[in-house]
Amino acid sequence: MSVHEQFAEDLALHALGCLEGSEKATLEKHLEECASCRRELEQLRGDAALLALTASGPRPPTRAKIRVMDAIAKEPRLPPAMVRMPWWAGFGWVTAVAMIAVVAVMWNQNTRLKSSLAVMEGLSEQRRAELELDRRVVDTLTASDAKRVSILPANYKTPPPEGKAIYSREHNGLVFIASNMLPLPAQKAYELWLIPTQGAPIPAGVFKPDARGSAVVINPPLPAGVEAKAFAITIEPERGSATPTMPIIMVGSGG
Amino acid sequence: MAREVVPIHPAQQTVLPLRENRRLSTAAQNQGLNDGALISAIRSGNQDAMAQLYDRYSSVVYAVALRVLGETSAAEDVLQEIFMQLWRNPGAFDAGRGNLAPWLAVIARNRAVDTLRRRRPQTEMTETVASVEPDMAGDADRRRTVEKVWAVLKEMPAPQRNALEMAYFEGYSHSEISEKTGEPLGTIKTRIRTGLILLRQAVEAR
Repeated sequence: MSVHEQFAEDLALHALGCLEGSEKATLEKHLEECASCRRELEQLRGDAALLALTASGPRPPTRAKIRVMDAIAKEPRLPPAMVRMPWWAGFGWVTAVAMIAVVAVMWNQNTRLKSSLAVMEGLSEQRRAELELDRRVVDTLTASDAKRVSILPANYKTPPPEGKAIYSREHNGLVFIASNMLPLPAQKAYELWLIPTQGAPIPAGVFKPDARGSAVVINPPLPAGVEAKAFAITIEPERGSATPTMPIIMVGSGG
Repeated sequence: MAREVVPIHPAQQTVLPLRENRRLSTAAQNQGLNDGALISAIRSGNQDAMAQLYDRYSSVVYAVALRVLGETSAAEDVLQEIFMQLWRNPGAFDAGRGNLAPWLAVIARNRAVDTLRRRRPQTEMTETVASVEPDMAGDADRRRTVEKVWAVLKEMPAPQRNALEMAYFEGYSHSEISEKTGEPLGTIKTRIRTGLILLRQAVEAR
């Protein structure tokens, strides 16, 4: 172990915030000069966080949420014109691409970090740099002066409605991106269905496209380990349905 | 390869009347957003995103505060303080240094202990690190991890578990724990360190 043994126990106490007096001062001075003890302290703090998560009890009363939301409403951080859902959240494919990029980067790095303690420091630097890149992508997407331009063939008239479902059975994850969706009747919403190889269609998210016809559904609750034969879309009441209402208006099967 | 990309095309063309309901639409979209996307929306001042994040994590924050303080009104004050701080400064959460659930849990614990000791907050949100392995981005991941930690705590000798809980949830210093339990200081230190290492080993064993 690369941690200095004489500080090993004090590091654990410090991680819990219960080290005091001269021992605390001595340890803090040592931490200024010792990277391996700083890393161990960070890890011990993560271990302590596990302890925090074991706390269980009743849900907070409803009045607590009302109190928080009232206080937030009285304290807008931006001018009223800016206080709205960012346009990119409704701009399905761009949002999803950015999120997928973030997930992919973090997934990659998690795997690599575990592979070797020796390269942890270097990978950590790389992780920060790539996250910074992701953050810059999001900053661009959320910029108030950002322009949205769809580029299509010059002779293209009206693009048809289209949905793309990216599904991983292994990770029980589904990302669905829709564009050019047609407007809905009042009190109605689109519902996405996972059609399994066996059994009845499974609801995979209710959505309403924005004014541009874009929508995104990310990781709806799905039973684990389902093999998908196809995905389909129907029009349902706003709260969704347990079984699809005919007709199926869009359908696609995995290749 | 488990991942499939499935294009979905119209089965039939239908012309439907336009009815835009932006608020419903954005609320529905928020339902599926991950923590990072919700934090980004909160940065833009989106109150729906804040409500969604509250629904997701208020139970974690409240449970920790209640465990430390043992009093519902004081725990509600901690809950209020933490979510207001997140609203004012969503950038304090750095996704590169851990998941949101443990981060909020640790902040809740620190704030509650500060309240217990009747002192000013000792740690800023931006300084709080809760880098936990394995990754706990989802509720299911978190539940699995917590179950493992519970199992270790259950198997742990009672004096060791007590030392950990007195330090973490009751805010006692190591010398206070030694005094209260009548155990030597060195024993308390060893119990706390080996206790934390046991938790780590439990979640690392997959």
